[in-house]
Amino acid sequence: MTRIALRLLSAIPTLFGVVIVTFLLTRVLPGDPAVFFASNPSMSTDDIAALREQLGLDKSLIEQFWIYLVALFQGDLGNSLTTGQTVMTEIINRLPASAELTVFAFLLAIGVSLPLGLAAALRPGSLIDHLSRLISTLGVSMPTFVTGLLLIYVFYFLLGVAPEPIGRMDPFLFDPPKVTGMLTVDALIAGDMEVFRAAFTQMILPAVTMALFALAPLTRMTRAAMLGTLGSEFVRTARASGLSRRKIIFTYAFRNALLPVVTTMGMTFSYMLGANVLVERVFSWPGIGAFAMDSIINLDYAPLQGFMLVMAAIFILVNLTTDIVVTIIDPRASK
Amino acid sequence: MKSRAMQDRWDVIRHVVGGNPVNLIAFVLFALICLAALLGPVLAPQDPLATNAAFALQPPSTQFWFGTDQLGRDIFSRVLVATRLDLLIAFGAVGLSCLLGSLIGAMIGYWGGFWDGATSRVVDVLMAFPLFVLAMATVAALGNTVANVIYATAVINLPFYIRLARAEVRVRRGLGYVEAARVGGSGDWRILIRFLLPNIASPLVIQASVNLGWAVLNAAGLSFLGLGVRPPTPEWGIMVAEGARFIASGEWWVAAFPGFALMVTVFTFNLTGDALRDILDPRMRT
Repeated sequence: MTRIALRLLSAIPTLFGVVIVTFLLTRVLPGDPAVFFASNPSMSTDDIAALREQLGLDKSLIEQFWIYLVALFQGDLGNSLTTGQTVMTEIINRLPASAELTVFAFLLAIGVSLPLGLAAALRPGSLIDHLSRLISTLGVSMPTFVTGLLLIYVFYFLLGVAPEPIGRMDPFLFDPPKVTGMLTVDALIAGDMEVFRAAFTQMILPAVTMALFALAPLTRMTRAAMLGTLGSEFVRTARASGLSRRKIIFTYAFRNALLPVVTTMGMTFSYMLGANVLVERVFSWPGIGAFAMDSIINLDYAPLQGFMLVMAAIFILVNLTTDIVVTIIDPRASK
Repeated sequence: MKSRAMQDRWDVIRHVVGGNPVNLIAFVLFALICLAALLGPVLAPQDPLATNAAFALQPPSTQFWFGTDQLGRDIFSRVLVATRLDLLIAFGAVGLSCLLGSLIGAMIGYWGGFWDGATSRVVDVLMAFPLFVLAMATVAALGNTVANVIYATAVINLPFYIRLARAEVRVRRGLGYVEAARVGGSGDWRILIRFLLPNIASPLVIQASVNLGWAVLNAAGLSFLGLGVRPPTPEWGIMVAEGARFIASGEWWVAAFPGFALMVTVFTFNLTGDALRDILDPRMRT
């Protein structure tokens, strides 16, 4: 327990570092935003100076950082200059879309890669082993945005089984009453199966795109870890003691192989957070990645700052969870 | 003595290439891609920038092997010419981060102390971001140019080299040959550059070759989003982005061929990376 608490505390300096980096990065963004927004000729230099003062850009960097930090603690991430909303509202509105997609893709990837890696390790050299190797080699070489476009071509244009790859919802249906912001979950809560179906089919292609990308490292690691434990002495002993095959594989080998697999899961999730931006772009998915891209194009730095903070915070949280899960699975890891 | 070592290495190369045909294919593909990068503009059958409205969006044919895009430009020529820019970004980024990262890592590993702690913290913070997101923000912050895509890709690769070089030097700094060099009157810098760096070169080169494919993917991802390379420059990521508009209406070739080139390149780099690892470090063979 104290170990877990200590691990939680150790995330604080990193989080602080993340805040510093995001602050610095967005302060060196090209173009003084005040000048950018005052680009109409009617504004005099005095007006620009006034705007700079209003935006706090005339103060020293340390002062600006302090103001930023204080605002951050009050949950204020600034305003988006293009949409006029606060960054916090924007992110809260868009995060469920990204979360729904990423989590579903992640579950999909785990659901396929664990059995695949397991089967490959149980029969090395078999057809399924070669299949798993092919997938894990191809998976790391396929750029997500190309896979996504390929899937759209095959399943939307050629076969016509997928809905038009734009957004999260069939335009002829209404969104379910908002509870979590995740459309499939909300539709289930409302008990509206038609809406659920629509939201779900809309999500399949982008989720498969992301899952394909995550499949490779997970399958590879599951296979390698299983091969390792299956060849170990405790499994040989278990086998010699006449335990059932099921017990040997799942209780002995798989549980011990889980440790590196869980670590890889954490890593994969972080890559998926990055890939999210690309997938959201391909499928016009209105998540936070798309939001960040819009703000980069518009030189709007508060949303970008907010986006990076949220991403890093999620990532740190995922790492923490991974570590804690690892300690629970294998108490030796905490020594 | 030297020739004996050379002979041994040769044997390993022969063994690795001969024992695994995949490695041979990887090396051949690698050579072809490098050739395309060198000779691309000479080999291209048409001007990659020449537009021709009469031939817009033509499917692949004997005249246009990969078809034409919305402006009637020959996609085959564009894909071929783009090789140079894509490889330049990848090699540039990996070279830069490998050089800088191993130097920084070796220095903090050798001297330790304050800078070691400080640099390690900074590396931890960099690694706390999803790396692609960090690269995006870096390009946005530094400005939307090709050079900045190289720097951004180098920045997200840097932590790996710093950590690796630091760990390798820390293991070796107390070893006999370092002591011997010191007794022989070599200063810290000489020990670092003449004795330690050459000894840790092989894991660093392995890391670099494994990273190369990833660097290509990252750079293409950035330009797919519209960061860095600008149209009409031929580059795979941006070509896929331009072709994305036509996928849903069935003109697959505009996005598919640059995407395919990207895939083959990354695939080849990953395979050669693995093969090189087999040659340089037989212990890591999987």
